[in-house]
Amino acid sequence: MNCELSHSTIHGYFDGELDAVRALEFERHLEGCTECQSALENLETLRARLQQGNLFEPASPQLRERIRKQLLGAAKTASGPRLGWQRWFLLPSFAALTVALLMLAMFLTQSHRQEERVTAELIDAHVRSLQPGHLTDVQSTDQHTVKPWFDGKLDFVPPVVDYSDRGFPLLGGRLDVLEGHDVAALVYSRRKHLINLFVWPSRGGGLNLASSGSRQGYNWMAWQSGDMSFYMISDVSSADLRELRSLIHP
Amino acid sequence: MLHPEEEARFAQLVLPHLDSANNLARWILRNRADAEDVVQEAMLRAYRFFSRFRGGNARAWLLQIVRNNCYTWLEKNRPAELMTEFDEELHLRPAATPESLAAQADEHRRLKDALQALPPRAREVLILRELEGCSYKEIGEITGIPIGTVMSSLSRARERLQQILTRTAAKEAS
Repeated sequence: MNCELSHSTIHGYFDGELDAVRALEFERHLEGCTECQSALENLETLRARLQQGNLFEPASPQLRERIRKQLLGAAKTASGPRLGWQRWFLLPSFAALTVALLMLAMFLTQSHRQEERVTAELIDAHVRSLQPGHLTDVQSTDQHTVKPWFDGKLDFVPPVVDYSDRGFPLLGGRLDVLEGHDVAALVYSRRKHLINLFVWPSRGGGLNLASSGSRQGYNWMAWQSGDMSFYMISDVSSADLRELRSLIHP
Repeated sequence: MLHPEEEARFAQLVLPHLDSANNLARWILRNRADAEDVVQEAMLRAYRFFSRFRGGNARAWLLQIVRNNCYTWLEKNRPAELMTEFDEELHLRPAATPESLAAQADEHRRLKDALQALPPRAREVLILRELEGCSYKEIGEITGIPIGTVMSSLSRARERLQQILTRTAAKEAS
């Protein structure tokens, strides 16, 4: 037996890319097709292996530094083999470019320092939260309990959603402080590990954090959406963090 | 070139995807130093052409540039790789004795070898889907594969990876 669908449609189904009608059709087929059932299991195993295999290769600090210098260097010399013909392209607006690139370089340097500081602060906050009795101020898996709890305690409304059905149950929330501002901390769990999600309003650009990284055995991920900044930290794999992130902001 | 506001927009929208850029280049080129060179150039390129970015998905926009730079680099430096359907040499590398390594490191090496044995075009769709979590639409945007054939590309890539992993497991067991 060689089911045609186990080589094609099943991938779209598995990736959540089929429209509702085709997904339903496939589910009906799946009930009766053992080949597709085992193919689906194999796909799940393969995905889990890839995501837990520590395969993601983030940019090294050296590369980050090289890029920062390059953008600065390009402004200083506007020449060199890397630039080639483009130097002609750059000349007329050389002064403007220099100013712009210096600003960018300053921005990167500053944000690098700020990043160091904020990352350290967030790791501390995460570690502190793991002390007995510090994890949550409001302990509930019900988003409708956790969300109102923040009312009146913060001057913004953090998005609170439970992802139990996707493997990230909400455990609760608490208030925390970051760079002197109150932030909301939501706690999720992933296979017995804890994930802290910090949320705060960006306030004029917000913090400039690299999108992800790891330190002292913790993985973290930062992003902005709308006028809110999000920062997630945990000892779970970076693949798990990316998965939670994609649930929060698909 | 860029106005200060544009500058800030670039820093806010594009720079955060540096890790993703590095990851993609690293997997297409299979070598850290080459990947870093290509990513550096791609970033400069993205910076120069940022005015052409019409908004929307900044990650897909950057990854598309990175990906194109990777292939240009391969064509120039290792054109044979674009022809090989399947890298036997890599694939047939003898497995380290499983008991000599921690299980996790072993699994990492097994997956890495298997992925690296795939042709670059199969590898990139897997990396984009499984490590980056890209949608089919994004994969299409980044790779230029028509969206209608993203699914079959992924299907073929997964099946080949599965085959290699099965063979590796059989070899390790024997």
